[in-house]
Amino acid sequence: MSRLDALKTRIKEALPGLECVIGWQKGYDALHNTPLFIRGEADVDKLEWGALNVHNPAVYLPSFAGKKVGVVVKGCDSRSVVELLQEKLIDRDNVVIFSAGCDGVVDIAKVRAKLAAAGLSAGNAEKVTVDGKTVTVTAAGKAVSMPLAEVAADKCLRCQFPNAVLADAFVGDPAPQVQAAPAADADLAALDAMSVPERMAFWRYHMDRCIRCYACRNACPMCVCRDHCIAQSREPHWLSQEDSVTEKLMFQVVHAMHLAGRCTECGECQRACPMDIPVLALKKHLNRTIHDLFNYQAGVDVAAIPPLLQFKLEEDNIKERSW
Amino acid sequence: MAAVKYIPREKLPEWLKALAAQSRVLVPVEEGGSVVFRQYDPARAPVFGSDATAPPKGAVFPASQELFSYAYGKAGEENAPTLKLDPKTEATPTVVFGSKPCGARGFLIFDRVYMGKKFPDPYYIAAREATVFVTMACATVENTCFCHWVGSGPADAAGSDVLLTPVEGGYTVEAVSEKGAKFLDNPALTDGAAKAAEAEAVKKASREALGEAPDIATSPAALLSLFDDMEFWRDQSDKCVSCGACTYLCPTCYCFSITDEGTGTAGRRMRSWDACMHFQFTLEASGHNPRPTKAHRLKNRVGHKFSYYPTLHDGLIACCGCGRCVKSCPVSVDIREIVQNAVAKAKG
Repeated sequence: MSRLDALKTRIKEALPGLECVIGWQKGYDALHNTPLFIRGEADVDKLEWGALNVHNPAVYLPSFAGKKVGVVVKGCDSRSVVELLQEKLIDRDNVVIFSAGCDGVVDIAKVRAKLAAAGLSAGNAEKVTVDGKTVTVTAAGKAVSMPLAEVAADKCLRCQFPNAVLADAFVGDPAPQVQAAPAADADLAALDAMSVPERMAFWRYHMDRCIRCYACRNACPMCVCRDHCIAQSREPHWLSQEDSVTEKLMFQVVHAMHLAGRCTECGECQRACPMDIPVLALKKHLNRTIHDLFNYQAGVDVAAIPPLLQFKLEEDNIKERSW
Repeated sequence: MAAVKYIPREKLPEWLKALAAQSRVLVPVEEGGSVVFRQYDPARAPVFGSDATAPPKGAVFPASQELFSYAYGKAGEENAPTLKLDPKTEATPTVVFGSKPCGARGFLIFDRVYMGKKFPDPYYIAAREATVFVTMACATVENTCFCHWVGSGPADAAGSDVLLTPVEGGYTVEAVSEKGAKFLDNPALTDGAAKAAEAEAVKKASREALGEAPDIATSPAALLSLFDDMEFWRDQSDKCVSCGACTYLCPTCYCFSITDEGTGTAGRRMRSWDACMHFQFTLEASGHNPRPTKAHRLKNRVGHKFSYYPTLHDGLIACCGCGRCVKSCPVSVDIREIVQNAVAKAKG
């Protein structure tokens, strides 16, 4: 039985006891899948499993507070579920986690670039097939094959969790680990190599096209302030309505700081950005700092308390007394 | 209509430079993988092929603008306790060059709201009158294009002043408004009669590529009949993450918010884009929110465009069919699907 069929079987069994099960289905064209909310048995057959399931469905879980829901997750998505559980933002008894091994998802921006290089537009995609390690996209009647490794999301290239870290129904064989140790992060390496003024210029250049839609925030499963975010509140009025790079960057810094030690690097902030702004790097930088200081990784252990949600008189790696 | 002119592709910078000597010229350019409208710089090649990621909305309706500054006289001073206002309605002469027809058409929706007799908006009117649209007809269309559903098309000149059409080697140039006719007086433009037939063929081909549009004529009544069907709206909005990408990238979304920002006795009144997808949009001072959930908010967005606005404005749909809300939505919410679902559901 395929992973997809096995998932469908398990979901059908559990559905009568659940408000809904969140997964993915085909979207408006061949290149886009879209989140699916399964509320009846007929919806189960719409479920998809594969490289186009780019979204992180954990983002919807806190909005179902008090209701029992199912969620289908990739390995990376499962870390968001775990982090939500760690922070007691969702209740373990109210979530049923379905999963299967994940062989990686595509980065649609990379597919778009590959097609553009072949003189084609992703906006004309007619057919997409993923066969093992190759993605073939047909656009305007022409088929273009590309290795999955070249169009996979960056997170997939360094993935340490191709299988869910927590699941109630894990179907099929686990997916193989991408590699033993994570490769160095290219985005961070590029930023590290810049001088401080160069780095500021980099961010000013990119943030200049921010439209303040807050897709980065709303697609983030850990952004749980939701309707009460300081970006839009009048009291306190922390951010000006002025359309300036400084204000836009200020919000990104607030967002990143709020996620320090909580972010699982699912990359939804960056994927959601309609203006292709590389906002994930800010969170990755803080995660690296958290890892160095506290030897901690978010969303892998339900029992762990995130380092910035607890207080220790003396941290092991912060030698305040010798300052 | 004025005679068709022609400009070879390599002469375009010459024309753009001449325009830039007189006005602010905004062209679509690539920036970090996105295409945005920026002031023309001969060193940066404009991108005319695909539709820009963000429409040229900000050219006339900035994301944020200062309406006026104010200052109170201090007690004891000569002008105390008066309030001095300093309104700013001047607009910079601007040419938006190379927008697709949908990007320019969006302002027709604005015009009925901000240039009407009831509440004329001096800031909008000044900017609108100072702006000329030199629009590029579409030679290709995308999966998300649906301009033909809403009374438009890939060569729609409504809202534009000059229409360019890509042909072999360059572009045909047609004045499509009185304002536009004055812009064709440049030596780089030559007679285009020989290219006119080719341009018409390009327009026809891209219109044909869009195929047949479904019949959504009943959408105003259909959406109204579903106003209280919150289960329908829950199902349509389940996957929405309530961000503002659809509204801020929409050429027809014209809503704004007003904020007074000041310290001490002086400050300014800001007007900035607002989005009905955000919780704060209808949050009242009492704390009550008439649109408390994303289902209420998405219902408003679709209802406004395909029901309430056309009902008030002679059937004009407040959507230009550019498809940015579909293409740029992080979770691919598809307004076409919602409208069709509503029409089908209302039929029963």
